[in-house]
Amino acid sequence: MIAQTLDNLLYGFSVALVPHNLMWSFFGVLIGNLIGVLPGMGALSAIAMLLPLTYTMHAVPALMMLAGIFYGSQYGGAIGAILLNLPSHPPHAVTCIDGYPLTKKGKGGTALGVAMIASFFAASCGIVVMIVASPLLVKVAFEFGPTEIFAIMLLGLVAGATMSRGSAIKGVAMTAFGLLLGITGTDVNSGVPRFTFGFVELQDKVELVALAMGLFGVADFLKNVNRLRYVGNETNVRLRDMRPTAKELRQSFFPMVRGTLVGTLFGAMPGTGPTITSFLAYALERKVSKNPEKFGKGAIEGVASPEAATHSKVQVDFIPTMSLGIPGDATMALLLGALVIQGYQPGPQLITEHADLFWGLIASFWIGNVLLLILNVPMIGIWVKMLQVPYRFMYPCALFFIAVGVYSTNNSLFEVGEVLAFGLIGAILLALEFPVATILLGYVLGPMVEENFRRALLLSRGDLLTFFERPFSCAFMCMSILLVAAQIFFAWRGARRKQAAHSLKEIPSISQAAAADE
Amino acid sequence: MKEHLLHKDFMGGVLMFAIGTAVSVNSATFDIGTLSQMGPGFFPLVLGLVLTVVGIVLAIEGSTSSQDASEKREKEHSPEWKAWALISIGILSFVVLARFAGLLIATFSIVFISALGDRDNTWRSAALLTIVMVAVSVVVFWWALKIQLPLLAWGNV
Repeated sequence: MIAQTLDNLLYGFSVALVPHNLMWSFFGVLIGNLIGVLPGMGALSAIAMLLPLTYTMHAVPALMMLAGIFYGSQYGGAIGAILLNLPSHPPHAVTCIDGYPLTKKGKGGTALGVAMIASFFAASCGIVVMIVASPLLVKVAFEFGPTEIFAIMLLGLVAGATMSRGSAIKGVAMTAFGLLLGITGTDVNSGVPRFTFGFVELQDKVELVALAMGLFGVADFLKNVNRLRYVGNETNVRLRDMRPTAKELRQSFFPMVRGTLVGTLFGAMPGTGPTITSFLAYALERKVSKNPEKFGKGAIEGVASPEAATHSKVQVDFIPTMSLGIPGDATMALLLGALVIQGYQPGPQLITEHADLFWGLIASFWIGNVLLLILNVPMIGIWVKMLQVPYRFMYPCALFFIAVGVYSTNNSLFEVGEVLAFGLIGAILLALEFPVATILLGYVLGPMVEENFRRALLLSRGDLLTFFERPFSCAFMCMSILLVAAQIFFAWRGARRKQAAHSLKEIPSISQAAAADE
Repeated sequence: MKEHLLHKDFMGGVLMFAIGTAVSVNSATFDIGTLSQMGPGFFPLVLGLVLTVVGIVLAIEGSTSSQDASEKREKEHSPEWKAWALISIGILSFVVLARFAGLLIATFSIVFISALGDRDNTWRSAALLTIVMVAVSVVVFWWALKIQLPLLAWGNV
């Protein structure tokens, strides 16, 4: 078993080290890194924009590039968060809390160094977990029928909806909306076109790239135009500042390990995004710390732990995505979409049937992380300069790239129109504070959820209890129910607390209102 | 100002309720089927109902906590109708012009029109940016990547 795995891994390295593949991997991490530094442009928009480029490529380099963008942007996000207090990528919002104070103290270089070491360490651990766990999971997964698949997907959706940022009920709304978008088009079982509004182009389905670009590109521009002027300010980081001292390394070692553990645990659970993971890691670190008052004023632990958590989470996230075909979050959903576009059916058979893709990808993760480590050290100065590009020049160019990129997906101008429609929808939803990323998760899972739900109930002759009769499925269903129950409990408790607080504040608020009336 | 008391959650709830009901009503026109033999309308109907219920809950939640909303409002920016309109028109112009006038003109219009949405962009800076992008468009997309659009066209394609 172990020898077999090692053998596979070596094979993977041989695939990933082919110059052509290596080049695309490098290109991916470079672009990802760049885009991660730019605010308002996360991994999602980067992958969405470069997705059309991969159509003509072979699947292995294509996936390597897209995955490279993904974790490259994670590294980039840390740079923006620490040096400029800009959480360009939500998971790094928590890194700002301690990273930016460190920069103000003149220790920004050290913080970056620790963040990079922590990321690299965590990613390496995540990769090892992935190597060990994926084949095991695949063994189990072969036993899964539609009932189990539906139960896991439901768990992923429930977790994604309730644990995203902001209100859980809005998450549920967005998930349902995403599922609806996913099943738009011709019903596979009966051939009936659904929700096409009379457009022939919609009978196929809503285009993934158009949806992603609309929701994460155009919607963002609409939100930020005239509100975001420039991006960064001047900061200088020299290479020799980046080497942490032995004391700082010792200080950040255990937080790093704990962060990695948190990330690995949550990575295995579909639907929990990296944001929640990094916040949890930070909270844990403050709990176990001997002097929690240091946090928020520049504690190096507060940088090491959440960074480690997001990176291990990101790597472990690939396990359910690749071996079960169930994406952990919106970015994974997009990667899964890319895989499907390439003609691969994600699922347990992927690892055995397309060993070059799977093991090559794993090896490329590691190579990509090494590349990032080397790349980031000399490039940070350049990234910081990039942040000085004014927004008023950036967004028109980005709009053009989006339009051309979407057009070249299927040579369809209708889909460019789709981008505008989803951009407007996304902007409205953003303004109403809905978590739009959940839409994408729902969209990708939509057809699969419906298909498996139908099949499971066909097999059980319409008995809904079938989801609780099979052990695996029952376990997943119970977890979903638990999640919902916990959410309702917290909401109820929160409402009660608010009420208590309100009754205390009643008098001043009334007088304020009265004052406003006059 | 009564409008200011409307909570975002209330509006969001109403929106979700509207979408949910529309979807449910529309799904009912398809064959719904039974649990063991689901028709094309079953799954969308369930989702539509979920959205409707969620919308109602959200709207109730929002309308009961409207007090905080008016306080939060003050921090918000004023609407940017001009910029929003120009960005939308820019994309639309690309859709239309790419078909009837070719890539070059379409690139020109999407970059130029949307760039004017930013108050700090003057006619000159927008034009300069546009010229750079048109060059990129021609060299990278038309010449190198061979995009399936004519560079210049007149009328029908």
